[in-house]
Amino acid sequence: MDPNNIIIYAIIVTSLATFISRFFGAITSEKVSVKSKAFQWFNCVAYSTLAALLGRMIVFPAGVLADSSLIIRVVVLIICISVFMFSKKNLVIPTILSAMLLSFFNSI
Amino acid sequence: MINHKIFVKGLKSNLGVRSPTVSLAACFIALGALLKDAGFNLQQSTASSFFTYALPGQLVMAESLLIGTSLINIFIAVWLVNFRLYPMTVSLFPLLKHKSQPKWKYYLSSHFLAVSSWLVAKDGYRKIDKKYRIDYWIGIGVGTWSTAVLMTILGYILADYLNKDMMIGLAIVNPVYFFCMMIGAMRNISISIAVIGGTILGPIVYVYSTEWAILYAGLIAGTVAFLFGGKDGSK
Repeated sequence: MDPNNIIIYAIIVTSLATFISRFFGAITSEKVSVKSKAFQWFNCVAYSTLAALLGRMIVFPAGVLADSSLIIRVVVLIICISVFMFSKKNLVIPTILSAMLLSFFNSI
Repeated sequence: MINHKIFVKGLKSNLGVRSPTVSLAACFIALGALLKDAGFNLQQSTASSFFTYALPGQLVMAESLLIGTSLINIFIAVWLVNFRLYPMTVSLFPLLKHKSQPKWKYYLSSHFLAVSSWLVAKDGYRKIDKKYRIDYWIGIGVGTWSTAVLMTILGYILADYLNKDMMIGLAIVNPVYFFCMMIGAMRNISISIAVIGGTILGPIVYVYSTEWAILYAGLIAGTVAFLFGGKDGSK
């Protein structure tokens, strides 16, 4: 197959695989009441699934992040979360700081 | 059709110190540069963020293409890594429901569901009149989604100027931002158990099953949080 076509098919396949979760989520939501047990369960699972993904991204990252060492990633994360807590939950400072810290640590 | 005032309110939540814009910009600039390296042209990179708009899935796609995985395997891998969007939608959309609003708004705007927009909506929906919450959500979504698409283009253009250390720096911004947002969301015991349990279990299960790790870890930690977290888990 032409490599250009493979990329286009991959984009279509990736978009479909992503949209089905969103779309079926919207369908399921029609039957779920905010006050129900099911809603509470979905809420817990949503947070924990997200946390699992983020934990994996830090410990076993995909892409360029894999070229930095685990210790450095964890140290940067802890510093930035502490900054977040002490800056009255400002999100811009810790996120910009994280990029600068990791670039710096990784280059030395 | 759409309440403009509320829509703009949603759009504006993409500005300010609690907004996801900086983090989104950083990670989609990195993605744009990465897609260029993976052999995508500008149109393809833009289309990927436009139609998929889910960073982990796009990373999986780019990596799978580089090692020459089949399309069906890409589908399964992306579905598994982006499956989190299903419980996330179900834990947000009931809060936005109103019988006067047409269904197509919900179906179409589900495309805007991503971690950033979800956390912003969860943070701000209480302040909005129930009837117009979906318009608020569409405002948030249009903002985050268009930021993602534009930054992918910028990243593609900047690719030659970004060295490896800068790319690594950009890539950490996303998990750091989301961790901070999640810690900010830990208002009760069940969410706290869910977040801490998921963070620990995610990497552990990954050692045993790379593809199913997020799904398994999420289901286990989420169910434990639901069972032991008390009755306040809906917030």
